[in-house]
Amino acid sequence: MARLIAKRLGQMLLIMGVTSLLLFAIFDTDQFRRQIAVSELGGFGVATLNAADYEGWLEKKGLNEPFLSRYVTWVGDVMQGDLGRSIEKNMAVSTLLADRLQRTAILASCFFVLMVPISLTLGVLAGMREGGRLDRVISIVAVVTTSIPQIATAVLLTVFLSLGLGWVPAKSAMVGGFSFRELVLPLLTLLIYDIGYVVRMTRASMAEVMSANYIRTAVLKGLAGSHVIMGHALRNALIVPFTLIFLQLNWLLSHVVVVEVFFQYSGFGRMLYEAAMFGDIAVLQAATLVAVAVAVISQLLSDITYILLNPRVGAAG
Amino acid sequence: MDTHPPQAATAGPSPILECRNLSVSYETRAGLVPAVVDFNLTLMPGEAHGLVGESGCGKSTIALAIMRYLGRNGRITGGQVLFDGRDLLTLSPAELRRVRGADIAMIYQEPMASLNPTMRIGRQLAEVLTVHQGLDRASALDRAAAMLERVRLADAGRILAAYPHQLSGGQQQRIVIAMALLANPKVLLLDEPTTALDVTVEAGIVDLIRDISAEFGTAMLYVSHNLGLILETCQRLTVMYSGEAVETGPVDEVFRQVRHPYTRGLFASIPVPSADKASRPLVTIPGQLPSPTNRPRGCYFGPRCTFFEPGRCDDAAVPMAQVSRTHASRCRRIAEIDWDAPPAGAVTREETTIGRTVLQVEGLSKRYHTVRANEDLTFEAREAETLAIVGESGCGKSTFARILMGLDQATSGSISLMGEELARLPVTKRDRVTIRSLQMVFQNPFDTLNPSQTVGFQIARVLRRFGARMSETQIRERVLELLDMVKLPRDFAGRRPRQLSGGQKQRIGIARAFAGDPAVVVADEPVSALDVSVQAAVTELLMDIQRRNGTTLLFISHDLSVVRYLSDRVVVMYLGRIMEQGRTGDIFAPPYHPYTEALLAAVPIADPTITKRKVVISGEMPSPSNPPAGCPFSTRCPYAIEDLCERTVPPAQIFGEGHAIACHLPRETLLAMEPIIIAADSLNEAHTHHA
Repeated sequence: MARLIAKRLGQMLLIMGVTSLLLFAIFDTDQFRRQIAVSELGGFGVATLNAADYEGWLEKKGLNEPFLSRYVTWVGDVMQGDLGRSIEKNMAVSTLLADRLQRTAILASCFFVLMVPISLTLGVLAGMREGGRLDRVISIVAVVTTSIPQIATAVLLTVFLSLGLGWVPAKSAMVGGFSFRELVLPLLTLLIYDIGYVVRMTRASMAEVMSANYIRTAVLKGLAGSHVIMGHALRNALIVPFTLIFLQLNWLLSHVVVVEVFFQYSGFGRMLYEAAMFGDIAVLQAATLVAVAVAVISQLLSDITYILLNPRVGAAG
Repeated sequence: MDTHPPQAATAGPSPILECRNLSVSYETRAGLVPAVVDFNLTLMPGEAHGLVGESGCGKSTIALAIMRYLGRNGRITGGQVLFDGRDLLTLSPAELRRVRGADIAMIYQEPMASLNPTMRIGRQLAEVLTVHQGLDRASALDRAAAMLERVRLADAGRILAAYPHQLSGGQQQRIVIAMALLANPKVLLLDEPTTALDVTVEAGIVDLIRDISAEFGTAMLYVSHNLGLILETCQRLTVMYSGEAVETGPVDEVFRQVRHPYTRGLFASIPVPSADKASRPLVTIPGQLPSPTNRPRGCYFGPRCTFFEPGRCDDAAVPMAQVSRTHASRCRRIAEIDWDAPPAGAVTREETTIGRTVLQVEGLSKRYHTVRANEDLTFEAREAETLAIVGESGCGKSTFARILMGLDQATSGSISLMGEELARLPVTKRDRVTIRSLQMVFQNPFDTLNPSQTVGFQIARVLRRFGARMSETQIRERVLELLDMVKLPRDFAGRRPRQLSGGQKQRIGIARAFAGDPAVVVADEPVSALDVSVQAAVTELLMDIQRRNGTTLLFISHDLSVVRYLSDRVVVMYLGRIMEQGRTGDIFAPPYHPYTEALLAAVPIADPTITKRKVVISGEMPSPSNPPAGCPFSTRCPYAIEDLCERTVPPAQIFGEGHAIACHLPRETLLAMEPIIIAADSLNEAHTHHA
């Protein structure tokens, strides 16, 4: 187990190094530098600059130093906890990131608190009797919800719940401070899609376990149905969904972009979107590091859960 | 439900389990398909009843119907299942639960799959008692530990704390048996309990099952495809065919006086010791099992029966007819058939002459890290010879085949095929001639054909690959010839694998292997996935083609009966080493290697005229990654000499021509060994004279 963790963290550092280097290389073109200048000074401003002034501007921003030395400086700064400054927002990236991550963490926690019990329960109920009426209803609904793109769900939910019924606000900018009501629409948009997905996976796993020979053994031992499900089927059936749930963390990180931008929720996803549009390299770099960390750690958690739940792997590893 | 029982209640003790006109159907898209039709069974307390038949005959369905566990699409469509006089089919779910596991318990085919992989053994055992007898966990565990000793599992504490995957297959099956016995049931249902196990492990389990019925007085319904096992374990048997019982009676009587053509066909297709490929070959049952949706009128076996009489056998359903007070058969012509005549269709063959050496293996070893998969193998195979490589799983026989075929490379030693060195030559570097002269028939015909291409295309592809200069017409002609050779209709060329039965697929596998006229064909367990009657047909076919073409056949198998029947010479392997090799006659007669002796004693033989000397070996094969330094069999050998066998690799002692036994035992001890298989001579004589 310790070896696995060390290995995964090593991998994480390696991926972080490679992706940040790649990003640096991409942003190290004249084109990008000029784009940054345009974003900051305006198209007209840049056009009026002569070559020397432009060089001077680059000098001031530290953008014309050699690529490697800038990268090494950046790595050194990151090691010390300094993620640089956002050109667009003109504030320390760490401050911005902390604020935005916190917002997204609120969204994500609410998401997981609702998603996990709902999808596991529905999945297990559907898989208990494969092909039964309950299974058919749940499966059809799950297929439908996972078939609708999130942007469509977002529009539909806004039209019905906000514009139509007026239950919740249409946008989640939270200008007047934090509001749970404003969280409802982004949360629902994410839940509707992902619950369908996890339900289908749980159902498949449960259905497979229910047809396993050891379930027959348990039934023919004379155990009651509930005892068979709770005592024998559940742990085996939940191994796969549980590992999957941790991977949803990674899924969530990319899908919050659509949802947060649509509902104007100022979280990590929206920050990423704006930084990408603006070419705010320091923010993008920091966001990449966070994304890689989330991806690797969620996989690590997924592996650890698998090992803990499955004695066969535990013995071998 | 209102059908009357067919036989009047018998006097004396009342049966513990009775099936009366039991019918089971499965719901499919094509409608209700009958799986079991009008099945009757009377099981007395303490009696063991065998249920025999090939796959699809409904024997497992009966066991599951008794437990009322038929899955979502199974339906009991008629009849009664009486347990101690109570009809199980009318019980409420709660009442049924009290019967399951407590009064009737079941033992399954695959022990590993039958145990919950994420639950410790102790808990899986204890819950039988906590549920049925209301015991608390601690005392249930105590009882479970005691039961483990009775199924001869040492170290109960460790086993109770273990997960299933930490135990061997034999141990797992003993756990399943212990679990079934815990609540002291009156009836045990055994569904192929040893089919997934190795022969020597199987022998231990069979022994245990026999002792259980004696010790606990449990009645048993033993479902198996293996007539030899039924003979060793049961007092009565019922033979099933296509959902019907066709013959039933005391085991001894049915074995000696077969009264149904199907049962007779089954016996003729089993390689018992008196069968011989030259003088008394196997006789196969022609045709195929009818599909359950399309059973013939009258006798279901009619279309395949050599005694079929139109108008009589196909007019109406055939009832069971009494042969004696205890023996019945579902045949209209019991009285007319000469049951002692040799089965029709037996073709005797000439002995083949064995030619020059084709394949020479010398000091071959293969190691994977610490695992010694093959260790110092030396043997040869000659032209037109069938050389059997025999051993249980993990003995290294398949590793050898992989090296020979170039799928793996040897660590040291040599394999020479007609002078060409192959031990470290991967198949990708072999030239076409070598690849063509060395072909393989695989174990599982279901996985080795490409499902998306026609059979003819797949055979033609082999022909093209071998680079023989042939026009498309010539290739097509050759494909048809090959289909003729494996006795399949020519129009099969246009079929896809899913339209073929298992035996037909294996025939295609054989046609493919022999397409390039190879010098050596390796057949890795070619019939073990097939049914008994199909096995015989495929075995005979393989032999015919091999003899006609003068091919060297390396027959890799765990099945000593088949090996004795078809091979000229035998190599016995254990844990990567050769224990004994020699001509087939020498291997099956003393002197034996102690492992060969144990192996021979373990194989069940479906012939009541034969008695076997009992050999007890304990334990299971040690892990190949940590074998004993000396003789690999020393950990289980009843003759092991202390301080010698486990330390020093035994020398090969030579007895007669090419017969070598790797053993430390003194020559005199080996020579003084008694035969394992003893034929009751008088009866056996009568048998062969008829042939």
